[in-house]
Amino acid sequence: MQCQVCKKAPATVHYTSIVDNQVKKVDMCEACAQEKGVNDPASFSLADLLLGLGASQKMEEASTAAGGDQNCPQCGFTQADFKKSGRLGCSHCYEVFADGLDALLKGMHKGTHHKGKVPASLRRATDVRAKMTKLEADLKAAIGREDFELAATLRDEIKQAKKAEAEV
Amino acid sequence: MNVLDFLITPAEACQRSGPNDKIVFSSRVRLARNLKGVPFPGHAKKADRLKSLETLVPAVSGLPQMGTEPFAEAMDKLTALDKQILVERHLISREHAAKGVGSGFVLNKDETVCVMVNEEDHLRMQALRPGLQLKQAWMAIDGVDSSLQEKVEFAFSDQYGFLTACPTNLGTGIRVSAMLHLPGLVLAEQINQIIQAVNKLGLAVRGLYGEGTEALGNIFQVSNQMTLGETEGEIVERINKVLLQIIEHEENARLAQLEKKPKVLFNHIGRAYGGLSHSHIITSKETMNLLSLLRLGVDLGMFGSTPKSLVDELFLLSQPGHLQIGHPEKLDAEVRDALRAELLRQRMKVVPAPDHTGVVTKAA
Repeated sequence: MQCQVCKKAPATVHYTSIVDNQVKKVDMCEACAQEKGVNDPASFSLADLLLGLGASQKMEEASTAAGGDQNCPQCGFTQADFKKSGRLGCSHCYEVFADGLDALLKGMHKGTHHKGKVPASLRRATDVRAKMTKLEADLKAAIGREDFELAATLRDEIKQAKKAEAEV
Repeated sequence: MNVLDFLITPAEACQRSGPNDKIVFSSRVRLARNLKGVPFPGHAKKADRLKSLETLVPAVSGLPQMGTEPFAEAMDKLTALDKQILVERHLISREHAAKGVGSGFVLNKDETVCVMVNEEDHLRMQALRPGLQLKQAWMAIDGVDSSLQEKVEFAFSDQYGFLTACPTNLGTGIRVSAMLHLPGLVLAEQINQIIQAVNKLGLAVRGLYGEGTEALGNIFQVSNQMTLGETEGEIVERINKVLLQIIEHEENARLAQLEKKPKVLFNHIGRAYGGLSHSHIITSKETMNLLSLLRLGVDLGMFGSTPKSLVDELFLLSQPGHLQIGHPEKLDAEVRDALRAELLRQRMKVVPAPDHTGVVTKAA
């Protein structure tokens, strides 16, 4: 097994963290482990390390998949910039680099979907949209079950919800 | 107004008390926010940063939560010493202290809410509370955030939540942390086990001044690492539970130490008293470690009616920046070490010699 940091020496230090039954592993050689402070847990955090390790790699993969050098049309941020700083350039970058980010975020956070506070101005719109998504899924399921009575009711509800959304 | 005149004196700041403050110095909750449609500070042009600074400083200063006459200033208007004092008071990060033109800082009068403008994100807003009061701190900063959202629009996506420069802060943008004094666990050599266990729960343990700093004076910061996929309330609750556990372990470690090795413990504390009272040259690092033991002695009742606020005040006053106050010429480390020793000798005069006779060493 090769060290994930320097990709040269054999990995002899194996660090495992378990969060919510999600296992995350890092394999490193002695020297890199020392450098990253694995032996000194006070200064070591897996997320920081994983970010440094995985981030640029995943972004690169995503960029290649998208057909070469991506950059953000709004702020000009490139994948190389991310590799260097571990930071994004503007909020639009999250859309541009979305493909690579999802994999990265999965390893970094509890989920990839925001569950916390929503700005009051967006709360109504978000609620309506969430309701729509659910209704549409229910409708599909109802049609699948050939429960056309329910499907008709759902279709009416969707119509109403669409009207409500247009008003928001 | 000069920031040094605005700040509460160390003596007054250390008088504040809160639940569990024997072990928990302070609680803080920070939110990261960015303006919609403006590049993040690290990638923004100077003109963009100045523009967001000009929008945000008045918007923040005018919030009801900032009270009357908050302190608001551009970072380039602060001296190097001002910034160092703010870092030592834990009001700004070391990263923010390095900022100049295009960054700013707003602080309310009782120093419970402070906001960094154009640090890594457009806004880093934090609420501070003494002792273990994470929920209160979260509610306070949540209120600031909601009020501010009536004035400015933040970058937000349905999927990712609040958008931040670094993906590690994405979603809630929340960093919940507490500063802990854990001499018992350090003396019992259990601290590494605790840190590893806490790390495995997805929380970070760091030294006194945040990322990459040493745990001087047995002081540790515990904070969440994950910000996306959970609500703020869940994050606060989880870290609160872990902290209560750590507090219990620290209390047990102290009791065990008293029961098994009382002499070792009294020896540490007695020598710390001696070092602090009689040194003529003392480094900041040694001071922190000795003050930690003095605080432990105060907790155990070995120093009569000496309040722990005195120890906490000395923690602050013996920092390099605080020693520099009132000296127009830049002091070098050697001069500071002598000055620090003098300050400590002076202030230790009111602390009686340690008396271990009243300390219960056997569990009843």
